[in-house]
Amino acid sequence: MTISEAEIRERVHTILAEQAMIDPSDVDDTHSLESLGVDSMGLVEAIFAIEESFDIQVPFNANAPGASEFDISSVGSIVAAVRRLIAAQRG
Amino acid sequence: MRRVVITGAGTINALGADVPATEAALREGHCAIAPLDIRDAERLAIRIGAQVKAYDQSANFNRQQIALYDRYTQFALLAAREAISQAGLEFSGERAARSGVILGTSGGGLNTQDENYRAVYEEGKNRVHPFVVPKLMNNAAAAHLSMEWNLKGPSFTVATACASSNHAIGQAFQFVRSGLADVMVTGGAEAMLCFGGVKAWEGLRVMSRDTCRPFCATRSGMVQGEGAGIFVLESFDHARARGADILAEISGVAMTSDAADIVMPTRQGAERAMAGALRDAGMDRDEVGYINAHGTGTAANDKTECAAVAQVFGAQADRLMISSTKSMHGHCIGATGAVELLACLMALRDGVIAPTANYQEPDPECALDVVPNTAREAKVSACLSNAFAFGGMNAVLALRAA
Repeated sequence: MTISEAEIRERVHTILAEQAMIDPSDVDDTHSLESLGVDSMGLVEAIFAIEESFDIQVPFNANAPGASEFDISSVGSIVAAVRRLIAAQRG
Repeated sequence: MRRVVITGAGTINALGADVPATEAALREGHCAIAPLDIRDAERLAIRIGAQVKAYDQSANFNRQQIALYDRYTQFALLAAREAISQAGLEFSGERAARSGVILGTSGGGLNTQDENYRAVYEEGKNRVHPFVVPKLMNNAAAAHLSMEWNLKGPSFTVATACASSNHAIGQAFQFVRSGLADVMVTGGAEAMLCFGGVKAWEGLRVMSRDTCRPFCATRSGMVQGEGAGIFVLESFDHARARGADILAEISGVAMTSDAADIVMPTRQGAERAMAGALRDAGMDRDEVGYINAHGTGTAANDKTECAAVAQVFGAQADRLMISSTKSMHGHCIGATGAVELLACLMALRDGVIAPTANYQEPDPECALDVVPNTAREAKVSACLSNAFAFGGMNAVLALRAA
């Protein structure tokens, strides 16, 4: 089953919105996690939710977030990273 | 050394969601033991407990808090909210720096462990929620109390099984008495009524299948409860200076170890703890009108405890009252001494002695006034609260009326 890019985006936005306690429609790809108010605890919870939602494993080490393959610099970069992981892990 | 007083009390347990409801139930001799409403209860041999029912976590905490708060932490926070609000204290500046939290628990976040072991072992999941560790750890409740109320002094958790909260309160008492802190929030919290928590107790074959009947010839064992009891302790001078309502004074504590057996209690360990608490409090045994017993409803505890009381109190043992409120709120394990301290406060403040419920027939080996089934009015100026844990670790508190 293929997931469309729009659906990936929608689900990622919803997960991050839940952590930021805002409406999903208020999240867009240009936002950073910081600007959404998602802290480090919120981030690991969001990554857990992404793994559960898409049935993928996200390579992310909270000790060195910048060094991870998983690019968290913006909402858009997270959406793109999730798309690549789905392609790599679920064909 | 400074005098130490209690200026706030809070609880949630099977008898009630706060102190007034709990005291009302204790006065009525109400027994909250009932069929367990937990997942897989049909696979348990023991299917009763004193459970906090009609509890809605989302009525008290938001989604992000629930992600971090195990049931035992939630109980601790709710009880602390009541206690600190009654004390009327706010913590900032120097007072915050000189205030801390010492809590007792035995199982800590046992529900969190149970649910997540289930997920990985039974359901074969390979991923657990990221907050499992901060949720299950035994110091989580104490940590959240310190964070919620800005308590920046010494904070930690003690675990001595069924004596955990008496050890915690005793330690907090010593911190205030010695001047290590001005205010301590203390007590205990436990939420062990999950499948794994009850299954483990079943294995020991000390659990009752009908109800808890301490000191009664027809006793059939202990019954688990759950909940929290939290108290605000402060120095007498600190309380008086701010015009606080003093609920009672903690006058002494003693802690002893049987150094004998991992489960069977010794009379001598209990005797030394009670005698030690009297000595520490400078309390004559004739002053003591009430003892809140450990009173688990097991043969091993009840006979040993009664023999120890008779030995320590001599002729006064026949005059004082001793009751086990575990017959009503169950054995709250690491929180039990804290929940039971409420019966001591009720005795000292209101002159009402909580009964030993479910009592049927006298046991000649427990020939004390156990206040069977009906609460009693009596003027009591001093009392003891006993806790004798597995591991032979004992802690007894001595209190006086304000």
